[in-house]
Amino acid sequence: MSGFDVLAVLSNPEFAGMLIAGIQMTFVIAVGSWTLAMSLGFLLLVIRQIPVPIADRFVAAYVSYHRNVPTLVQLILWYFGIYSLLPEELQYWLSDHNAEVIFAIIGLGLCQAAYFTEDLRSGLRSVPKGQVEAARALGHGHISSMRYVLLPQAYRNALPALVNHSVSLFKNSSLAMAIGASELTHAVREVENLSFRTFETYAIATVAYLVCSLLIMAVGALLMKRAQVAGAR
Amino acid sequence: MIENIVSIVQENWLLLLIGQYPNGPLGGLASTFILSVLSIVLAFPVGILLALARLSPWRAVLWPATAFVYVARGVPLLMLILWVYFMVPLLIGRTVPGFVTMLVTLVLYEAAFLSEIIRAGILALGRGQMEAARSLGHGYFGAMRWVILPQALYNMLPSILSQFVSTIKETTLGYVINVPELTFAANQINNRLLTQPFEVFAILAIVYYVICWSLTKAATTLERRIAAKRAGTRRIAPELRPQALTAEL
Repeated sequence: MSGFDVLAVLSNPEFAGMLIAGIQMTFVIAVGSWTLAMSLGFLLLVIRQIPVPIADRFVAAYVSYHRNVPTLVQLILWYFGIYSLLPEELQYWLSDHNAEVIFAIIGLGLCQAAYFTEDLRSGLRSVPKGQVEAARALGHGHISSMRYVLLPQAYRNALPALVNHSVSLFKNSSLAMAIGASELTHAVREVENLSFRTFETYAIATVAYLVCSLLIMAVGALLMKRAQVAGAR
Repeated sequence: MIENIVSIVQENWLLLLIGQYPNGPLGGLASTFILSVLSIVLAFPVGILLALARLSPWRAVLWPATAFVYVARGVPLLMLILWVYFMVPLLIGRTVPGFVTMLVTLVLYEAAFLSEIIRAGILALGRGQMEAARSLGHGYFGAMRWVILPQALYNMLPSILSQFVSTIKETTLGYVINVPELTFAANQINNRLLTQPFEVFAILAIVYYVICWSLTKAATTLERRIAAKRAGTRRIAPELRPQALTAEL
């Protein structure tokens, strides 16, 4: 094996194709599970506002389970456990439609929803009660005080945690490899086996992951800057 | 289903607890626990050094430390495991067991996250502490050792405990490189039974849940105690609270 030569991997159409397919799959899993997690996070937040004790307890249990069981174990439980309990027709349909990708999106999305809903909730709770009361006293209606007073502040407070958790969701998409989804880390191992250029292959994938993570952090920093108002902490 | 779970536990509790030891390497819950404790204990001094480097005015230590922390925070742990799996034998000239690979990876990874926690703890103390210590005749390291770090680390104990919980959850990734630990043991049971994957992995999830839930509870209690003890003193600004920085797996 000769020296460090990234081009030896990238200029080979087969290897480059595998890596690009891997990156695409990583995006499908990351974007899919992010969308699921965010929608579910909002839904759980709304459920928590229902003034029935069982609603609050349900969300608390949901959050507790998903935060205290390792994500990999959750994925394994979905893919090997729950998959096997489904009706047979559904199992056949799933195995024809990339079951491992579907379960990776479901598993990662449901898990991350627990983090997102907590971030949103603590964003909401960090706004002092007096703010809404003051808005009402100034003549804002319920909707209007939400729109102009409560939500902008809640958004600003929740943003840093949401960005951090989005980065970890992106990184966790690599766990899908353990249940056989052919995302970037999976592609890396295949290319490494075929090309015998471990160092180069790992370097390419590491840079790809790093660039995407830093990009998410940068977008987050930009959003935080835009959400910043004079005088606020 | 419940009877199945009970009978699986009755027949396999020893495998889940210690793996195939003494007929094979130590595995199961014992291995998970030893791996997590060793990782966090070894990562701690590295984390302190990284935090000090990140607060240093010298670019020669500031930049490499910052780069390291960003790489560790931006790359999936799995990718880091692959790197260590590949690099360590290359560097020391012989193969190492999966346990060691996982330990090295976790020490590097955790050191990066711990350093962010410790850095936030030091920054939250404010400059007055350092200035007072220096004016009393302490040198930089003396002030760090006797004044800054004891306070910062005490205040950050709950975050460090949460990081320990994250570490326990991260040890599951050893499964990918066949490190004998709890997830690996569950997988062995599943491979032998073949017919009850849901029950086997449900047991696995329950065990992790009980451990991590108790430790998280302990961290919350500790946090409340420390907050009560510090009531009346400076509050930590929200942007410096390190919970937002810790990793989840």
